[in-house]
Amino acid sequence: MATTFSPISVFAARLMPKEQRFVSGHRACQGCAEALAVRMVHSILGRNTIVASATGCMEIISSSYPDTAWTVPWIHVAFENAAAVASGVEAGLSILMKKGKIPQRKIQVVGMGGDGGTADIGLQSLSGAMERGHDMIYICYDNEAYMNTGIQRSSSTPYGASTTTSPAGSLSIGQHTWKKNIPMIMAGHKIPYVATASPSYPFDLAQKVKKAAKVKGPAYLHIYACCPTGWRMKPDMAVQIGRLAVETGVFPLYEIEQGVLRITHKTPELRPLKEYTKHQGRFRHLDDATLEEIERRVLDEYRKLERREGLAL
Amino acid sequence: MKADPKGVLTGAHFLDGDHACCEGALAAGCRCAFGYPITPSTEVVERISRRFPMVGGVFLQMEDEIGSSIAIQGAAWGGKKVMTVSSGPGISLMMEHIGLAAMTETPCVFVNVQRGGPSTGLPTLTGQADMMQARWGSHGDYETIAICPNSPQECFDLAIDAFNLAEQYRIPVMFMMDESVGHMTERVVIPEADEIDIVERRYTKKPPSDDYELYALEDDNPFVPPMPPVGEGYRFHVTGLTHDDKGYPAMDAQTQQKLIRRIVDKIRLNADAIAKYEEYQTEDADIILVAYGITSRVVIRTMEMAREKGLKVGVFRPVIVWPFPETRLKELMDQTKAFVVAELNYGQVVLEVERLVAGRAKVVLAGHGGGDIHDPKEILRLVEEVAK
Repeated sequence: MATTFSPISVFAARLMPKEQRFVSGHRACQGCAEALAVRMVHSILGRNTIVASATGCMEIISSSYPDTAWTVPWIHVAFENAAAVASGVEAGLSILMKKGKIPQRKIQVVGMGGDGGTADIGLQSLSGAMERGHDMIYICYDNEAYMNTGIQRSSSTPYGASTTTSPAGSLSIGQHTWKKNIPMIMAGHKIPYVATASPSYPFDLAQKVKKAAKVKGPAYLHIYACCPTGWRMKPDMAVQIGRLAVETGVFPLYEIEQGVLRITHKTPELRPLKEYTKHQGRFRHLDDATLEEIERRVLDEYRKLERREGLAL
Repeated sequence: MKADPKGVLTGAHFLDGDHACCEGALAAGCRCAFGYPITPSTEVVERISRRFPMVGGVFLQMEDEIGSSIAIQGAAWGGKKVMTVSSGPGISLMMEHIGLAAMTETPCVFVNVQRGGPSTGLPTLTGQADMMQARWGSHGDYETIAICPNSPQECFDLAIDAFNLAEQYRIPVMFMMDESVGHMTERVVIPEADEIDIVERRYTKKPPSDDYELYALEDDNPFVPPMPPVGEGYRFHVTGLTHDDKGYPAMDAQTQQKLIRRIVDKIRLNADAIAKYEEYQTEDADIILVAYGITSRVVIRTMEMAREKGLKVGVFRPVIVWPFPETRLKELMDQTKAFVVAELNYGQVVLEVERLVAGRAKVVLAGHGGGDIHDPKEILRLVEEVAK
């Protein structure tokens, strides 16, 4: 049976929860939008949450004693298996509830990873978890490279970006493959809820997290996480860059609910790509021709998304 | 055969071990590497990603270590000298493919910049606790070669040996660096290309035919069959299943025994030829410190302090730890009273020393959990106790 949600007409800052579950004192870099996104997500999910984290920045900056930022149960196992761990936690909880060992109640199981832990090494276990239909949310915080080990390319790194393993130079333009579209791969699993979100749009993000939590079965959130350190940009611009990513069409905000796609932040007139790339050192080497090529592709993808809107995928 | 000058960065450099390892691979003729970021080995692939394209080589970052460890084997059968680089958890993921390389006799080099473990352990700090994994980490019976450099200079020099041995014995060679050596920056002198000896791949002399036998021995080499060149009409079948000389699966006890006997013997019976070790003041030593990798530098200090105190202490350093330099250790055993084995784990290589010594001298472990190197004074205290 399809779960339906009533549209939320009013969303004001005062309606956002004050409760924090990912608290201050962690070791994230200045201007880390990923830590910002994690804080927002867990502020909404609240206390009855268990988190399984893949290896990555968020593991390193938030977990070590005595700087632990988590005030909910949290487990890290390895790099390739956050979704499998979350699957196990969810299955264990449901058995315990079924046997009456613990009371029946909603405990939100969350698997989380970066783009490397999701799109590369963790894709197999993520696909398995989605296919098995565990009642969990998996969240990919996408900062578009392996930032924890020092800015190496992933399959989620955008075309043309310079990283330490896709260095730009006379023989290379940097990353030479196009970003892997994980949200659409997840949609291909026919799970009830898939969405992209960004901490630069907190209300949109909040609504999507709530929907993901409410849905029965697996939900996948792909959250844009600007990384000033890895993208070679000013740390005070992280939120602005997140907005520019949406307004230039680089990272469109949409959701796929029961297979039906809806763009949640419409941008009929996309801004020029340069407004997005000019602030980031990782794109500094790109010439106009390459930028135009990227812009064409971005526009093309965005129009494709628009055409799919309202259609059952 | 001498090195191709294109890949040799002749001169004196100030490099860390990770970067020196990349240069060693280039000098050895490696032009194809696959890898995946993992601390503390990431700097090797970072340098590879810059340097390999400059000499016409290929570096691809794979989706994980499983992908890296098998992609190199595809490239090896395609005719390239290949390597992959990782650490702790990544090496654990590669284990199935290390066994495959042993079974299919694929020449390849696995660089392991060891860190503290098990599991995620200490990503940024040192360890030497993967020595038994390097030997027998994959399932089944096989032998590998494991080399432990103790300086950036050796990360360069011994990387060349690693590729040469991989070609000579058609085997996965484990290049066992550690975080200390990988992140230590020192003077590295890279010689002229014509001073670097390179072992080229041995190809079959038989013409392509329907009866071509992939694993048939040639050239009076009783251990290592030559490989077929790719693109010259040879049709062959490579499999991890137990296979006959033709390369096809033949799953019976006889074939298994013949095959495994050979892939084990090619290392065991050549152990003396492969052996590489160093000794310091062992001539008159009553106590011999045994250490490899970074720890072999620590024990030199212990030896000096012990000598100042009038104790007759020497150092035996296996440069190639697997196969263990058994013959030399047995010789030393007859002239010394005790061995103190120092390693950054709680007893791995010491087991091999104990096995060889078999009670004829005292064997004591100076263990350490990793994350840091030994304090030479701690080892000295142990030496003094043993000397009593």
